[in-house]
Amino acid sequence: MSTALFDVPGPKARARHRLYAVIGVLALVGFVGFVAYRFYDAGQFDGQLWEWIEYQKIQELVNTLKAFAVGAVLAILFGAIFAAGRLSDHAILRVPSMVIVEFFRAIPLVVLIFVFYFGIKLGAPFYAVVVGLTLYNGSVLAEVFRAGVNSLPRGQAEAAYAVGMRKTQVMNLVLLPQALRAMLPAIISQLVVLLKDTALGFLITYDELLRYARYLGSVGEFGSPLIPVTIVVAAMYIAMCLLLTWLAHYLSKRQGRSKKHIDTDDKTKEAAWPATRPELPVNDWASTSRVGAQFHRGRSVRPGRQAGSRAPRTAGAAC
Amino acid sequence: MDVLLDNSDIFLRGFGNTILLFVLSAVGSLILGTILAMLRVSPVPVFRAIGTLYVTMLRNTPLTLIFFFFAFAFPLLKLVSRDVYSYFVAAVIALTLYTSAFVCEVVRSGINTIAVGQIEASRALGLTFGQLLTNIVLPQASRSVVPPMVSTMIALLKNTTIAAGFSVVEAGAITPYLSERGDSVMVGLLWIALFFLILVFPLTLLQRSLEKRWSVAR
Repeated sequence: MSTALFDVPGPKARARHRLYAVIGVLALVGFVGFVAYRFYDAGQFDGQLWEWIEYQKIQELVNTLKAFAVGAVLAILFGAIFAAGRLSDHAILRVPSMVIVEFFRAIPLVVLIFVFYFGIKLGAPFYAVVVGLTLYNGSVLAEVFRAGVNSLPRGQAEAAYAVGMRKTQVMNLVLLPQALRAMLPAIISQLVVLLKDTALGFLITYDELLRYARYLGSVGEFGSPLIPVTIVVAAMYIAMCLLLTWLAHYLSKRQGRSKKHIDTDDKTKEAAWPATRPELPVNDWASTSRVGAQFHRGRSVRPGRQAGSRAPRTAGAAC
Repeated sequence: MDVLLDNSDIFLRGFGNTILLFVLSAVGSLILGTILAMLRVSPVPVFRAIGTLYVTMLRNTPLTLIFFFFAFAFPLLKLVSRDVYSYFVAAVIALTLYTSAFVCEVVRSGINTIAVGQIEASRALGLTFGQLLTNIVLPQASRSVVPPMVSTMIALLKNTTIAAGFSVVEAGAITPYLSERGDSVMVGLLWIALFFLILVFPLTLLQRSLEKRWSVAR
């Protein structure tokens, strides 16, 4: 932990922390144990309630993944098109794409899906889910792409124009390759949001994981195993999302190692610091924090680059 | 316009509940999220682990699943009687728990932006960790987190519509009433969308003004 918030604990503080740790763990174990006991008491952990695992194949996982895959591809396409529109020099393209992107970003996804299911009646719930996911996440992704391109140092585009490239060339050959690298983690975290949002299909009777949980939780034959099914389904969702998050981590780490791109993210530098300075004593807060202060100052010198890349990232992750 | 005027009672009730849901869970998640952020930066490794575990689990679970748990599975615990524990309470709990994980991350990122000199100076003065956080770090962090915090709150406002699927009469649940009364659902949904735009707008304005007033001079 490289933090300046507290000293490396001495013997007394360590003893105190150990006491806190014991209390904290006891409280947590007590709470979880209590909840588990109440479920046990309600008969939700009986062996009979887990028998469904032997009989049922959870095919609805395929439906969830299908909605995710189609939605993700379409959303990235939508995002790319509208990001290009928002970055255009022509107001006739820029203004409509801005309006569309802002509109779909401001409307709750549930209302969007309802519009396509109850309002326009697209037929099968699958289409309503996919179109809703595409429009909402696509417009968030459009903002992510735009922020990625805008976060690049202005010199990149200026240099490209100076050597005589045309607008399309500048975008395709110079800006996009760099921006995509910088934006990859943000794009993937938006895809995690998309994956989670497929669960909204539950509301319009799309046969995905959660609807399956609802269905199986009420099957008397298996003893209405609501809690076991919920636990299994939650574990599946968490596993899928963590896989994606891990992919984002892996990619950003790989990108941190490569020397081909321009560093737009200070985080990778901070992470790389201990590796380049192995002799740095761990408990020497004075020196480590001076390093931190340097980066801090360095960060505030170029507020435009940071502000551009930070704000939409958090906005995207928040949904 | 007719659809709106004929069903104004339902629209009023729906959006009233939406705003109530939003306010209750916003307050709850701000408090819980700040506590979690304090846990995540605390010197005790176990507390950090608990905070990280909570945030990882809640952030990677669909909100619909959390709603599902608190609407259908939680009553099986028989902790509170069904009179007290309505679907509305379940919705508030689910929204609070889910959003607090995001609030925690926002606050934590705010804590990370604070100049190290501030922290070192207060430690040099002999402030304890709790004093350091409450008197020095969090007040300064609250300034720099305004934009991401407002977008988290906007996301929360939009997420309240999920409660429609769990028997809470709020904005998202207006549609079935409309089709029951034989009014155009499409027009109703467009009105709902418009009202959400109107609801989100003041939050954006709040963000702008707070950003301007609290912006950190560097």
